[in-house]
Amino acid sequence: MSGKQLSAAYATRLGDNALVLGQRMIELVAASPELEEELANANFSLDYIGQARMFYTYAGDCEGNGRTEDDLAFQRPEHEYSNLLLVEQPNGHFGDSTVRSVLFESWYVLLLDALTRCDDAGIAEIAARAIKEVRYHLRHSSRWLVRLGDGTEESHARVQASLDDLWRYTGEMFSADALDEAMLKECRGPDLAVVEAQWRENVAAIVAEATLDLPGDQWMASGGKQGQHTEHFGYLLAEMQYLQRTYPGAEW
Amino acid sequence: MSEQQWPLYEVFIRSRSGLSHRHAGSVHAADDEMALTNARDTYTRRSEGVSIWVVRSDRIVASDPAETAAFFEPAEDKIYRHPTFYEIPDEVENL
Repeated sequence: MSGKQLSAAYATRLGDNALVLGQRMIELVAASPELEEELANANFSLDYIGQARMFYTYAGDCEGNGRTEDDLAFQRPEHEYSNLLLVEQPNGHFGDSTVRSVLFESWYVLLLDALTRCDDAGIAEIAARAIKEVRYHLRHSSRWLVRLGDGTEESHARVQASLDDLWRYTGEMFSADALDEAMLKECRGPDLAVVEAQWRENVAAIVAEATLDLPGDQWMASGGKQGQHTEHFGYLLAEMQYLQRTYPGAEW
Repeated sequence: MSEQQWPLYEVFIRSRSGLSHRHAGSVHAADDEMALTNARDTYTRRSEGVSIWVVRSDRIVASDPAETAAFFEPAEDKIYRHPTFYEIPDEVENL
């Protein structure tokens, strides 16, 4: 894989994570329990979609076939998406969305931090911008996890169940595939083993503060990076891509 | 589920260094820390500020409208307390 191909594939994957989580959070617009939370959620989802645009634009440039950010977002089939299974999981209740954010963002800040120091200047630059947003998102989501876990008996039980349910999607974040290996070797990208150790420590601290139990080692779902998604993903794409699929090239 | 409303907080924002904080509005929040983040998410989305203060609305001691006369009227006829007899140099900003 040439340097440009590597950059394009890796930036696309980063864009996929950001776009899919952003789309999931957009689905929650107008559903928040408080006005302030509503604004925060909408801001955060737009942050993610903004990151996706930057990663896709860069990926399109590296690829050199003239594909735009919109082509990458709206014209690809399900199996070409390489986002983590975690970010495509349905919103569920407020505790489910909160846990999904905490687990993903705890990983994403560490990944972005490593990427700011990689040899791919384009990706490093976007990572430096994105990490400021995601640090704040993580602060927000982890404060909510503590509030729910250390809240009432009901909130504690429900958010513990969310944590237990979503834990199986965390293994994929650390299992390096060929693209991760190439990024590490050729671009001094993130070492996922190092990221994993730090992630475990950080997540354990948040979970302990939330008075929740860390799930034990278990079978981990994977396949997102290879385009094998959970059944929920097709519905998300169908809704997100509907307009461009029905009226190709539509603009306003 | 409790239908109780979160307490109200007043939000003050300093738009840039050197200026003072100004009242921007209010937010609901369960505690001080959440009030600060809610204020950030509600009032600084379009880069309106560099610093935020929040304070619980019920902790603000306010003057009583019924006492307006006693509080404010005595100052109205004392023109000599206004610094209007000085010329302000053009170079002085934000005064």
